[in-house]
Amino acid sequence: MKEPIIEFTGVYKSFGSKEIYNDLNLKVYRGETLCIIGGSGTGKSVMIKMLVGLLKPDKGSVKAFGKEISNLREHEMIEIRRRIAMLFQNGALFDSLTVAENIKYPLVEHKWGTHEEMDFRVKEVLEQVGLPGIEHQKPSELSGGMRKRVALARSIAVKPEVLLYDEPTTGLDPLSIRRINGLILELQRKTGVTSMVVTHEMPSVFTIANRIAMVKDKAIAFIGNREEAKNCKEDWLSNFIAGGEGVLDEEDLSTK
Amino acid sequence: MIRLLETFGSLVILSLDTLKEVFKRPFEFQLIIDQLAKGGVDSWSITVLTSFFTGLVIASQFAIGLEPFGASMYTGSLVSLGIVRELGPVLTALLVGGRVGAGFTAELGTMSVTEQIDAIRCLGANPIRKLVMPRVVAMTFVMPLLTILADLIGCLGGALISIFEVGVTTSYAFAQMVESIGIQDVIHGLIKSAFFGYFIAIIACWVGMNARGGAESVGKSTTNTVVYISVTILIADFFLTRFLMAVYG
Repeated sequence: MKEPIIEFTGVYKSFGSKEIYNDLNLKVYRGETLCIIGGSGTGKSVMIKMLVGLLKPDKGSVKAFGKEISNLREHEMIEIRRRIAMLFQNGALFDSLTVAENIKYPLVEHKWGTHEEMDFRVKEVLEQVGLPGIEHQKPSELSGGMRKRVALARSIAVKPEVLLYDEPTTGLDPLSIRRINGLILELQRKTGVTSMVVTHEMPSVFTIANRIAMVKDKAIAFIGNREEAKNCKEDWLSNFIAGGEGVLDEEDLSTK
Repeated sequence: MIRLLETFGSLVILSLDTLKEVFKRPFEFQLIIDQLAKGGVDSWSITVLTSFFTGLVIASQFAIGLEPFGASMYTGSLVSLGIVRELGPVLTALLVGGRVGAGFTAELGTMSVTEQIDAIRCLGANPIRKLVMPRVVAMTFVMPLLTILADLIGCLGGALISIFEVGVTTSYAFAQMVESIGIQDVIHGLIKSAFFGYFIAIIACWVGMNARGGAESVGKSTTNTVVYISVTILIADFFLTRFLMAVYG
């Protein structure tokens, strides 16, 4: 049995009176790509934010690399953040910095090496995401898809072991979606990185996922591989998977 | 009331965290210099303009008001004292606070709602060190400098009215000003302005970093910042003045 690289056990999380999770249990294994699906506002992003210490669980345990991280202080999280990188929904690139400076940011913070080594790494990751030669551009000059790829380049610059994607393909055109999905697959194949992808784009899920987890009713309601997800008889899952397809019925059109 | 206490508490915590970062190596010289340029150098023109006209208008009022008592020749003294002790630091702080504070909040607020502040943390850095500390240090340092500028230009405005309206000689106007302003008056003003600089930066950064939601929230936070900063400056001015009076007399 493989050892889990990430483990949520009995996690409870609420914002004021709004309960997000009342018993979250999930294991993620080294090298796999796990897609987290679920309706809007169910707390998918909250789950991955707990892994990088942006949010803390109210109760329960969050482990990464076998170590409890929910009680770590901010400066103790730095090492974890070198090993777990996050790709934000809109990229979250620093608009005052150039593409190269953005990618260099984590390299400088984690003391990657000399300036030459960092410049070399910047070039390398930009090539890896298929955007060579844009070092001196500002994020505002880039398209949405390009921004996401630069953000991905920034996330993988320090060679993390786990990559968390927060809706990586939302709001992109089909070609960009294809490219991002390709990158996620390629990264997994070439670097063996473990990925958690929060998304509700079902075609993407079936392209990239090794396993799929669905968040429903403040917990993980389903977890399994692609075949198991497709064959699952539960209405809430099959409806979610088929959600984007077919003709709308009266209920969908009702404004009442 | 509870919210007020919470706000005050988190401002104190932010201040302490900022203070810790000031002394940590390596020093973030470049970030501080950038903020000195943005907050200080870019504010000199507004400081000069407002202090010059304030000097002119206060002197005009005194020149007329003192005339029935035959005391209008003291216009210069009164104006310079008023400017160095109160108007220089307070007016500069209100104007620069509005200009720079709104800028800080809008910038940090936008960074907060676009998750850039979270990104700084995720990339292994500390947003307080990268964003708050340089702004607080720069403003605390630059406000006294701007106040010296405002004092000089304001007094110049006062002197011009004394010379051209009241009719005193140029040498008398300037000699009278130098004579009436003591070094402790200048120090009073400068100490106050350093505090104002700190208040401007810490409030603006705190409001900005706590902006949530979207563009509307950033807009609202920016408006709030200007109000909070102005009110804080006026209230703090009273207490600081009383405190400094008790200490220095």
